[in-house]
Amino acid sequence: MDFDGEVICEPPNNKLDKFTGTLHLRDSKHPLDNENLLLRGCVLRNTEWCFGMVIFAGLQTKLMQNCGRTTFKRTSIDKLMNTLVLWIFAFLICMGVVLAIGNTLWETWTGRNFQVFLPWDDFQSSAVFSGFLTFWSYIIILNTVMPISLYVSVEVLRLGHSYFINWDQRMYHSQTNTAAEARTTTLNEELGQVEYVFSDKTGTLTQNIMVFKKCSINGQTYGDVYDEFKQKGEITEKTDCVDFSFNPLYDRGFKFYDGRLVEAIKLEDPVEQDFFRLLALCHTVMPEEKSEGHLVYQAQSPDEGALVTAARNFGFVFRTRTPETITLCELGRAVTYQLLAILDFNNVRKRMSVIVRNPQGQITLYSKGADTIIFDLLDPSNEDLMYTTSEHLNGFAGEGLRTLALAYKDLDEDYFEIWMKKLISASTVIENREDQLAVLYEEIEQGLKLLGATAIEDKLQDGVPETIASLVLADIKIWVLTGDKLETAMNIGYSCHMLRDDMNEVFVISGHTLLEVQQQLRSAKEQILGLSRVSSAGDVEKAEMFADGSVYEETIIAEYALVINGHSLAHAMEPQLEHVLLDLACLCKTVICCRVTPMQKAQVVELVKRHKRAVTLAIGDGANDVSMIKTAHIGVGISGQEGMQAVLASDYSFAQFRYLRRLLLVHGRWSYFRMCNFLWYFFYKNFAFTLVHFWYGFFCGFSAQTVYDQWFITLFNIVYTSLPVLAMGLFDQDVSDQNSLHYPSLYKPGQQNLFFNKRQFFLCTLQGVSTSSLLFFIPYAAFSVMVKEDGSYISDQHVFAVTIATSLVIVVTVQIGLDTHYWTVVNHFFVWGSLIVYFSILFAMQSDGMFGIFTSSFPFVGTARNCLSEKSVWLVILLTSVVCVVPGMAVSFLRVELFPTLTDKVRHVQQFRKRQGPQEQSLRRVRRTSSHRSAYAFSHQQGYGELITSGKNMKMSTPSSTGSPGRTPQSSTWIENMLKRKNTVSCVSDESTGAPAKTD
Amino acid sequence: MGKVKPGPLARRPDNSAFKQQRLPAWSPMLTANSVLPFFYFMALICMLLGVWLLLTVQSTEELKLDYTEAGTCNLCFEKRNVSNAAQPCICTAVFNIKKAFKGDVFFYYGLINFHQNLRRYMDSRDDAQMVGRKNNLKSPSSYCMPFDKDKNGVPIAPCGAVANSIFNDSFTLSYMTSSGSVRVPLLRKGISWYTDKNIKYRNPSTENMTLPQVFEGTAPPLYWQKPVYDLDPLDKNNNGFINDDLIVWMREAAFPNFKKLYGVLHRANKPFMNGLPAGNYSVEISYNFPVQYFRGRKEVVLTTLTWFGGQNHFLPIAYLVTSCLILLIAILLTVFWFKFGKNGQNMEE
Repeated sequence: MDFDGEVICEPPNNKLDKFTGTLHLRDSKHPLDNENLLLRGCVLRNTEWCFGMVIFAGLQTKLMQNCGRTTFKRTSIDKLMNTLVLWIFAFLICMGVVLAIGNTLWETWTGRNFQVFLPWDDFQSSAVFSGFLTFWSYIIILNTVMPISLYVSVEVLRLGHSYFINWDQRMYHSQTNTAAEARTTTLNEELGQVEYVFSDKTGTLTQNIMVFKKCSINGQTYGDVYDEFKQKGEITEKTDCVDFSFNPLYDRGFKFYDGRLVEAIKLEDPVEQDFFRLLALCHTVMPEEKSEGHLVYQAQSPDEGALVTAARNFGFVFRTRTPETITLCELGRAVTYQLLAILDFNNVRKRMSVIVRNPQGQITLYSKGADTIIFDLLDPSNEDLMYTTSEHLNGFAGEGLRTLALAYKDLDEDYFEIWMKKLISASTVIENREDQLAVLYEEIEQGLKLLGATAIEDKLQDGVPETIASLVLADIKIWVLTGDKLETAMNIGYSCHMLRDDMNEVFVISGHTLLEVQQQLRSAKEQILGLSRVSSAGDVEKAEMFADGSVYEETIIAEYALVINGHSLAHAMEPQLEHVLLDLACLCKTVICCRVTPMQKAQVVELVKRHKRAVTLAIGDGANDVSMIKTAHIGVGISGQEGMQAVLASDYSFAQFRYLRRLLLVHGRWSYFRMCNFLWYFFYKNFAFTLVHFWYGFFCGFSAQTVYDQWFITLFNIVYTSLPVLAMGLFDQDVSDQNSLHYPSLYKPGQQNLFFNKRQFFLCTLQGVSTSSLLFFIPYAAFSVMVKEDGSYISDQHVFAVTIATSLVIVVTVQIGLDTHYWTVVNHFFVWGSLIVYFSILFAMQSDGMFGIFTSSFPFVGTARNCLSEKSVWLVILLTSVVCVVPGMAVSFLRVELFPTLTDKVRHVQQFRKRQGPQEQSLRRVRRTSSHRSAYAFSHQQGYGELITSGKNMKMSTPSSTGSPGRTPQSSTWIENMLKRKNTVSCVSDESTGAPAKTD
Repeated sequence: MGKVKPGPLARRPDNSAFKQQRLPAWSPMLTANSVLPFFYFMALICMLLGVWLLLTVQSTEELKLDYTEAGTCNLCFEKRNVSNAAQPCICTAVFNIKKAFKGDVFFYYGLINFHQNLRRYMDSRDDAQMVGRKNNLKSPSSYCMPFDKDKNGVPIAPCGAVANSIFNDSFTLSYMTSSGSVRVPLLRKGISWYTDKNIKYRNPSTENMTLPQVFEGTAPPLYWQKPVYDLDPLDKNNNGFINDDLIVWMREAAFPNFKKLYGVLHRANKPFMNGLPAGNYSVEISYNFPVQYFRGRKEVVLTTLTWFGGQNHFLPIAYLVTSCLILLIAILLTVFWFKFGKNGQNMEE
């Protein structure tokens, strides 16, 4: 086909709901708008082929434009480390200056007179110049306080920790054959400091699978399992499913456990039959029967798919539809209903109805929708049933199920005719069409008769409530950011116990203007602060005074939750309101943002990142989460069904949300703990090692003479002491992984930065400095009077160097021994190995052979042999080691005894329980008893009724036409939510029916 | 990633103790059961060591004599102050030993405020030259500057500031009895380390040449009165780089105050068979080494030894103090533990 045209359109942007362009095709112009655009990742349905043109590709697509920039991520420990290195550098300069001044004074008073024996160098004109040179000499000598090997070691540790994450079997998902993966190796210890978790909903918390779980028909609930004692039992893997084999068209994927319902159907109870007839008729699902008996439903929302599938299994099989008819297979009999009208769903009506004429000519209106709405439309005679059903609905809501109420009404032929005319005339009106239609719908949907209610489970991923409960105990705040609707999001909030009925208040912010939003935010905040103030102090002051709500954050005992929709969020994120929003959000235990765009997700994360000095983690599975994953300090991708974009942008990825618990509470905590201990020890070691030169300066005329042998200085950090601390940094475990999970509070010190901060740094340098002074002054005092056993001279610089070096190596090795909580074979090997290596190298380098070959490089020949055979030298080494180690030991013992942290307590318990097997903790799923809220949630879109009645999406009826290009993201996602109203087909793959999402 | 295993669980990580971080391990805790006994034990050990050392030290004798300006030496001291440093000067200092020094007695010279530990001073030597390398004998290392060559450009052997500043006082110790004075015999050999004497310092190979011939073409250090091959006129084998006094001097002191071995009492004849008897002694000093430039002092030290070296009061006292401190800490810890931690009440959650 000759297709020669030109498209002129807007430049690439991130607005998902807008597009303007013009197609110039053979002298004619066609306007292009959003309706003509397929977004990246969409799947075409119900057409064999279509023409298209790629307008934006790659980075220019709206999706990628929504992804945000990739920023370089660094951990807070990294930043702290850089600051500390700067401090150490300043400290180095200070020491250099002090020693340089000392040198100047010494040269003036003493060195000047010593010139007989040691004349100044030619270029050295004065004592001040000598001081200047000394400054640089000392900078070079003391540079070992600036741990160059620190950066390398830290990277090695992080790499090791990443491998441990990759290797963890408990984060391996065998169904999908996915192991956890640390995609960045630089963020591990940050996992131990997370305070805010931003989670996507669909695909992350939920599996995006809807299951028909329970129903209430004519005042009778079905779906619970009773054991032989008529007690409600738990449904487990072992519970027997109802056998649907009486029905040749049943779906094998469908599971139901209450046999009574099938019995009721088989008894041909008319109410039960009507119930399922309604479910089979009142929907917008498209059937696809590729071969006889092999039905596949393509539903716009998974809820609907689940309902229709339920009807199918209970014998009311929805088989085909045309724009005017619906054919069911009712208990084996084919029945064709005439579809007279679809009263479409929208978010205001919260219900949909169909009007059908059955083969007997009876016109019936079937309606399903939110219980609150349907109950208002009921016929007064239904009151008793309504109360029973409402009680059942509360029960369903308590279990976190999504409910819909079902009702029907038989219509009078004449009445319907009149109404239909009005409808037709109203639908041709151009102005106010919507409103007029709504009025008409309202008119006919009156005096309904209640059939019952359905309860659908939006299946959570395994272990989600437990994970969330555990993370909440660890003081991690979880915010759900979802593109879904308010009701759906809240429902999930309830089912994973983020929202609870015993919460004092759930604030729902859904203003449309800036002022409204401001008003709602303010009043919510006033309510929280006001209440807490009354309860705590009693004095009444203006809530505005506490604009800085974070101060009061701790004092709020009551539990609140905040639910905000994307529209309000846009207003609330404006500069003048963002503080109010943030304060309010932080006062609440739970925050749910619904109907947010990917960009907004990133903005929320950014907001928290900017104003709270907290580590944020974003977890999501879809392309819509990419921006927030990139924005947050740590991004976690669920490698699930929704493609790879999220995983590719993430820092860590695994298959199930529940692994987050292990990632944070075990790997993150360990990583942070190890890294902090490592840094603590590393700084201590370097200070103890280097500052000895500083003390020696006061005795050697500040002449920049080193205490140690050059070789010792070279090898100390990389050979003698690096491996034990690396082993500690890799393998140390203060408490076992089971206990880390068992006591989530163990996670809190990380959030408060307690293990390594500026104070800890100060303490460790203090210990380093005091160790170095003891290391220097004890041998100094001993050496001033010491001679060898045979009387010969021993207090020379070489012996002094070897003695101090040996003491130092022993002291730091003992210290690492005390700091190591978990002695594996590797630790033993490295610790003892280091000592052995030290002595071997010491003797090797001071051997005759080495001196013979490299005379001037090894002037220490024989020193080790002579001095380490002296008892007095060993007495000095022993004394030094004891004095250096004992105080630290006493302090840490006292701290554990008097002010034990939770870690110490758990370690204590762990010691005693060592013999016992690990105790798995099972957080029981708490049932809420009383609930007086509607659990209605229906992820449905408006516009499908019209599609069906117009027959636009019927492949069968217009087989030759090209069909409308359908737009189908792989699940009910944000793209749909963005689009207010669509006229194109958008069939969502219904996973409960097992329909594969495939492109033709 | 290694080999790709087939099958549905292909990417399952290995279930090894290492990869699952389940390596068997010993996780010690600082509990009262281990810490308190350790502290008491350490206190006890230190106490015993301290007492033992103290008793040992009590049995030693030491005598220090600052002879910088003592006796007739103040004249020599004045003399060294002025420029005629080359003039010999001999003086005598007397002292009294109240209690006999039993056993081996060691004679040290001491210097106060002499910085052998300055970086440039310590570097100013050529180990290669002193181990007898021929090349280095004639062309000393540049580290020796400005003591590598004399005014005429002749290489100095041994070069450098350390050798140049060798302590060149010599001493003759006499025991004054009623019947006149007896010279106290001092062994002046074997006072350096075996490794120094035999490995670190060697003369250049002689190959049938005499030592002076070997050193031909080199100059003695500026401040030396005798060339290096003629340091010990009595023993030919104690000359050159392996001279004991030179070796002792070349082992640079770590601190500005130090004492170095000069000789050991030769206990062959009476009355020195059992050491130094009590009585009056005089020491005749060939007073060469100037100290007034750097406000230094010179001294001689006589001492007897113990199994852990010379008289050393620091170690026993330090051990005793440490033991007391550890004991104090241990008692405090015990008290705290009894009061607060014993029943593990802090350990309850």
